[in-house]
Amino acid sequence: MPSILASNLTSLLNGLSIGFLLFTLAVGLTLVFGMMDVLNLAHGAIYLAGAYIGWYVMGADPTWTVFLAALGVAAVVGLLAGGALSLLVQPLASRPHLDQALLTLGVALILAELLSMAFGDDVRSVSPPSALAGSVDVAGGSYPIYRLFLIGVGLALAVVVYLVVERTTVGALIRATVADRDMVSAVGVDNRKVRIAVFGAGVALATVAGVFGAPVYGARPGLDWTILILALVVVVVGGLGSIKGALVGALLIGQVETFGRSLFPEFASFVLFGALALVLIARPRGLFGAPTGVKV
Amino acid sequence: MFLQVNGLCSGYGRGTVLHGVDLEVDRGEVLGLLGRNGAGKSTLVMTMLGLVPARQGSVRLDGREIVGLRADQVSRHGIAVVPQGRRIWPGLTVGEHVDVVAGRRPKAGGWSRDGVFDLFPNLARRVRQPAGLLSGGEQQMLAIARALLTDPALVLMDEPSEGLAPAVTRQIGEVIGSMAATGVGILLVEQDLRLVFATANRVAVMEKGEVAHTTDTGTFRRQPELAHTLLGVG
Ligand SMILES: Nc1ncnc2c1ncn2[C@@H]1O[C@H](COP(=O)(O)OP(=O)(O)OP(=O)(O)O)[C@@H](O)[C@H]1O
Ligand SMILES: [Mg+2]
Repeated sequence: MPSILASNLTSLLNGLSIGFLLFTLAVGLTLVFGMMDVLNLAHGAIYLAGAYIGWYVMGADPTWTVFLAALGVAAVVGLLAGGALSLLVQPLASRPHLDQALLTLGVALILAELLSMAFGDDVRSVSPPSALAGSVDVAGGSYPIYRLFLIGVGLALAVVVYLVVERTTVGALIRATVADRDMVSAVGVDNRKVRIAVFGAGVALATVAGVFGAPVYGARPGLDWTILILALVVVVVGGLGSIKGALVGALLIGQVETFGRSLFPEFASFVLFGALALVLIARPRGLFGAPTGVKV
Repeated sequence: MFLQVNGLCSGYGRGTVLHGVDLEVDRGEVLGLLGRNGAGKSTLVMTMLGLVPARQGSVRLDGREIVGLRADQVSRHGIAVVPQGRRIWPGLTVGEHVDVVAGRRPKAGGWSRDGVFDLFPNLARRVRQPAGLLSGGEQQMLAIARALLTDPALVLMDEPSEGLAPAVTRQIGEVIGSMAATGVGILLVEQDLRLVFATANRVAVMEKGEVAHTTDTGTFRRQPELAHTLLGVG
């Protein structure tokens, strides 16, 4: 019995750490979509770039300092890349969704190709900072300390993002832009600036998530698509444009993903898409999608 | 005149909706703009704001050309909108609407948070309530407050009485009167003739994307057959 408890608890914790990682990714996707109607398909490749930054900067036996440096580099690269990407997408704002999807898809393919040229096709595994290496006892089983750390960081990040978006004036401006951007311009706000900032912050969250995730999920070609698909499922389940939806969707999909894998290993992706289908049948706009929030 | 619109043309996609609109509004004046459904009244409002691109013509505010400016620049030139359907941001609270527009820094003159809450005490009592849960009348007050907070010189109001009880419409009429009394020009698009007659100095009628007729309100009221032929009412 204790071993079943331990394995379920392990799945639960794994699900939580994936869940928070997915939330960090979904924030950028969902806000950018809500504000600009752009589904950024380069988000997975951007995560992977962050993971490679982690691998490259952190080296074999990273200290705290090196770890923080990797996070700093990833954040700066992400902010700049995100700002640039938003300028690239801007001219397509009035074009159909498909055009924008093709553009970001092109960016994703180019970025993935560049990464594989720079870092090769081998799986790059990354060690956690030495202070966080090793395991602790959790309910009779052993569990990696770094994953617990990841859950803590994810929770803290989720709280900060949630508070910024839901409780500050800047956050209110972002939500107003998601709800009705023309009325935001009509009160005198140049919402191009808001878009660049949100796009930059969203992409920076993805590169930072890449560094945080690297010691657990490594860095390898193909990871970009796995991550993108999971993040897209989260955003659609939660409702496009909604932060609450991204949080609930990410925690839900994190659990579905790990329990799916441990209970029905060969059907894991069916379980994932089954959950997606169930949510969409019950609520076509996702759990928290506002009917007025997204103009199709 | 303070606002001068000349030969303004615009539309959507390949279609043309405005075929050369001419109109004028003075400081402190209320111009009532009537017209059947689909005449192009809202398109005119959105084109003046820069939210629908103008294809031809000019809009001058205090002599300055604003055609071609972005909507946020138009707003900073002093034009505000109370749009058709109110278009408040449903997930934001009343207080957040005020903060997004007014920011937290105190301004020298003009409209402040306290100012709009004095004008609309109902809103002051619902600062923390999401705007989507307000009544229709309260949402309209919020839309007006949001416009005032930009310290406009000209307000474009698009059917503010739509879907509201007569008592609320009267209250909006009073607000329109007091705005005009402070020197703000108002373009009042309305279907409710009573509200127009109670507030407007002059009346213009739009037909098929043009202004077909302009008179002062008194003359218009004395010619019911005019309202009948131009609007199909009265
Ligand atoms: N976003 C849009 N895209 C395409 N056509 C539009 C759009 N908005 C309005 N139209 C068309 O433009 C014409 C004028 O519409 P508009 O909304 O300006 O009329 P209106 O005078 O405001 O009518 P109402 O009294 O019903 O509000 C109509 O034929 C309408 O179908
Ligand atoms: Mg209209």
